[in-house]
Amino acid sequence: MNSTVPSEPHRPSPEALLERVQREQHGKLKVFLGAAPGVGKTYEMLSSARKKQRDGVDVVIGIVETHGRRETMALVEGLPLIPRRRVPYEGRELEEMDLDAILARRPQLVLVDELAHTNAPGSRHPKRYLDVQELLAAGIDVWSTINIQHLESLNDIVAGITRVRVRETVPDAILDLADEVEVIDITPTELIERLREGKVYQGEAGERALQGYFNTGNLTALRELALRRTAAQVDEQLRHHRRTHGIEEVWPAGDRVLVCVNESPGAQALVRHAKRLADRLDAPWTALYLETARSLQLDEAQRDQVAENLRLAERLDGNALSIAGSSDIAGDLLAYAREHNISHIVTGKSQRSRWFELRHGSVVDQLVRRARNISIHVVADPQAESRRLPRRAFARPGDWNLAAILPVTLLVAAATGLGWLLHAATQVHNVALIYLAAVMISATRYGMVPSLYAALASSGAYNFFFLGPRYTFTVADPANVLSLVFFIAVSVVVSQLMARLRQQALATREQAYDSAELLNFTRRLAGLRKLEDLQAVTTGQVARILDLQALLLLPDDDGKRLSAESGLDDKDLAAAQWSFEKGEATGRGADTLPGASRLWLPLRTPSGIVGVLGAQRDGRGALLEPSERRMLDTIADLAAITIERIRLAKQIDQARMLAETEQLRSALLTSISHDLRTPLASIMGSISSLRSYGAMYDDAQREELLTTAQDETERMHRFVGNLLDMTRLDAGALQPKRETCELQEIVGSALQRTARLLERHQVSTAYSHELPMLTLDFVLMEQVLVNLLENAGKYAPEGTRIEISAQRHRYAVSIEVRDEGPGIPEADLQRIFDPFFRIRGGDRQRAGIGLGLAVCRGFVDAMGGRIRARNRRERSGSIFEIELPSSLFVSPAEAA
Amino acid sequence: MDAGRILVVDDEVPIRRLLRTTLGAHRFEVLEAGNAAHALQAVRERGPDLVLLDLGLPDRDGLDLLRDIRALSPVPVIVLSSRDGEAGKVQALDEGADDYVTKPFGAEELMARIRAALRHRLQQQGARPVYRNGRLAVDLVRRQVLLDDAELHLSPKEYEILQQLVLHAGKVLTHRHLLRAVWGSELEADVQYLRVYIRQLRAKLEADPERPALIVTEPGVGYRLKELQQTSW
Repeated sequence: MNSTVPSEPHRPSPEALLERVQREQHGKLKVFLGAAPGVGKTYEMLSSARKKQRDGVDVVIGIVETHGRRETMALVEGLPLIPRRRVPYEGRELEEMDLDAILARRPQLVLVDELAHTNAPGSRHPKRYLDVQELLAAGIDVWSTINIQHLESLNDIVAGITRVRVRETVPDAILDLADEVEVIDITPTELIERLREGKVYQGEAGERALQGYFNTGNLTALRELALRRTAAQVDEQLRHHRRTHGIEEVWPAGDRVLVCVNESPGAQALVRHAKRLADRLDAPWTALYLETARSLQLDEAQRDQVAENLRLAERLDGNALSIAGSSDIAGDLLAYAREHNISHIVTGKSQRSRWFELRHGSVVDQLVRRARNISIHVVADPQAESRRLPRRAFARPGDWNLAAILPVTLLVAAATGLGWLLHAATQVHNVALIYLAAVMISATRYGMVPSLYAALASSGAYNFFFLGPRYTFTVADPANVLSLVFFIAVSVVVSQLMARLRQQALATREQAYDSAELLNFTRRLAGLRKLEDLQAVTTGQVARILDLQALLLLPDDDGKRLSAESGLDDKDLAAAQWSFEKGEATGRGADTLPGASRLWLPLRTPSGIVGVLGAQRDGRGALLEPSERRMLDTIADLAAITIERIRLAKQIDQARMLAETEQLRSALLTSISHDLRTPLASIMGSISSLRSYGAMYDDAQREELLTTAQDETERMHRFVGNLLDMTRLDAGALQPKRETCELQEIVGSALQRTARLLERHQVSTAYSHELPMLTLDFVLMEQVLVNLLENAGKYAPEGTRIEISAQRHRYAVSIEVRDEGPGIPEADLQRIFDPFFRIRGGDRQRAGIGLGLAVCRGFVDAMGGRIRARNRRERSGSIFEIELPSSLFVSPAEAA
Repeated sequence: MDAGRILVVDDEVPIRRLLRTTLGAHRFEVLEAGNAAHALQAVRERGPDLVLLDLGLPDRDGLDLLRDIRALSPVPVIVLSSRDGEAGKVQALDEGADDYVTKPFGAEELMARIRAALRHRLQQQGARPVYRNGRLAVDLVRRQVLLDDAELHLSPKEYEILQQLVLHAGKVLTHRHLLRAVWGSELEADVQYLRVYIRQLRAKLEADPERPALIVTEPGVGYRLKELQQTSW
């Protein structure tokens, strides 16, 4: 039967299928989107929910705000309500949705009103939409409501339309996550009508609302926005459908959008603009921060703003990164853009003074001039006037380098001395250049403030010592006044220039240091073999580069929970666990559980989260700077890869060991079954043969069959004995008796027992004089010798000699069994005493599975002696030597 | 020594001794080989009528040796194997062994196998058309089956299976052999078919189909038509 496999040209990609599966396990999110408050989102949600309830769906209300609207309140009746959580906050009591109660209740569908709500401080998540994400992740369907102005990317536009900026925003991504978005659409006139009737706000509030926010123009614009956004959502769903169902699609030309952010809050508008542009183009986008020498001069608040601007981009599903740049900002941007196929650059209008632009040229102008095939979007900042940056402080605290005062003063004094000498020697008055040198040296060595001090001190000294009338601070000659003024101006400019150079040099050095440290870190990681070492190396590295106390937490053996670490409080533990489970950054400075004292970063690898990295700085300082956060991310990534590598290596080792164990086990089974069955086959064959055909045999034949049966029975008896001895040894149940024995007697007994086996060999014995009596277990020692003799008889050809000798040495007695067999391969000399080791494994081996020697070693060890094997030098053959130490000797007196 | 010449290949001296005695008493001439090299030499130079081959040999894999023997001669080969080596048995049968005996074995069982293998050889040289085994008689020419002298109706597939078993009476037939001979198929899944037909055959032929005496199952290997006392051709 030849059936042809139907070809499937449009099979969805595995990633798409995976996403579909994950979506199906995830709860589904439905969002009721309104253009403005009062359109009836909550009403609509509740009435739909009642229908669901009638259909038998387990619906509960997580939280619903009725705003005292009567129609809405009526709908709440009859739907199960999860009681709100009361959170004490600054003397008041706030009510919040009880996330844990809902998770514990596990309804099919939960109603969560007002998606954009900000939770009370101390809640698990700062924002309600994060609660919703957790509910969805737990497989609970969620219905929620939101107004259009709360969407992050539309925030500016709405503020532009309504002149009211909404603080509570949600990332657009949450809406993209929604499986269904329902627009609650009523016409502006209808809404205004409802307001007039007091259905939305009670009393005067309604009137006020009508005056401000709710005029027809605003509402029409908002309504359009809502409808457009939903249309975009539908587009996205269509695309998604195509992707997961394998429908081919023509992608638009490979547009990529880059947006440049700086430390200004206005940059958020740029980021949102870029997001909208990218959405329209269906293009990936990136927010970029260039770290230049200027970055070092930012204060904490400005650095936070940079980090915030970049995080906004991440929240809006863009990439965010900061890279080191030079003084040529436009050049750096364009270089990055060319390298990454950027087709559109979004930038802000310059907020610098005209004076600055005259000196440095405008970045925007340069961009436009040099962009060639890249489109430059220059975006107006709608609130530029009101948001004018506070003028940067003249110098940062670090610049007030007071310790530099003394050396700078000395420098100026030295310049004065040098000028004095010069003046005395050459009568030259104009020694201003010597002072200028002092100012330059101060600037390069100590920075801006000390150099300005140097400039001032120099001008004073110059005036005092050299400008007539000398030794006064008055200047007689107007020309000298002019030159003094020029001197001051020049030294200030020089000190500024030099100080900037110094800063750039410092920045470069810092980066070089970071790179070198990272390289060093990578090298050390490459050599790691154990997870315990990784902890030390990583924390050491974080401390050295970032001056942070780091902590690496790894999951316990079942991979579910992080191993409990002493010294962590509950908040940190919870944040770490959260980060580990959800793969998000948590804790200090992150969106989730910001109350923890550390920042927790997940250690991500392609196969999942392998641990978390916690970082803490003393005191309540601000977030990490962007460059530091990137560095920490990099370190976390490197650590994650290393953990993965170590894990994989371990797994491979385990798999190999398991395979070897399996192999050993099956070899063992084969051996045992062979060793038991072979004698059985002979015994059974002989007996059944005698029984069935006894009459046909003559006496000789009958004798032969009976001999076979007896020999094989004895062989099996020895084998079973060894097996039992081995079991006893393994179980630790062997207790050797301590009795006084004579060695010759034991050897004699062993030879007697092996007489039949060795009847075709020549066996000889040799004893040295004065063999002491020994404290031994007679039975065990005899068994050892029997096994050695049996071994010799098995491997040495018939007719060869087997010698047993016992010799007294000073501190020991040694007993040797020598044969003339083939000997033992050198490589196997150590292993032949291992249980179940045979020189050649498998079924194709002579009988005996190599238990005999293992039993020998076990018994000899138990009696306090040692056994070794070696090959004979003078001819082929092996020697087994048992060494019994003098501690086992029995003194003649005792013996007597 | 007129019963025939049997080559015993086994590295265990006690087994060889036992077989030498037992077979000798049955007037077989016994050749012995302790390893594969000697075995091949004996097959080449002494031309045995039958080979008893232990698969576990010190110098070579028994299945390899079997292939070499088959390349030299069509002599019947009975494999001596361990009980837990089902896969090895089936492989050996597929490689051209005629039958197998599991260690430890009884002398009577071994003799029965040897007889069956030797007779099969004679019979191939000039098969007689009617086979009798206990209550069963099969006329291979007229395609007629008699049970207690009453004609029995078999479906074509049932008859073909029975025919295969009769042609190799006393010998084990692997599932694969039966599937190939009757259906021309070698698909493992079709073993289910075979089981269904064997059940139907037993229902028609056996005195007690629950405890089959005639068509016996060789677990993991196949089926065998057991020779009852009064067997004749």
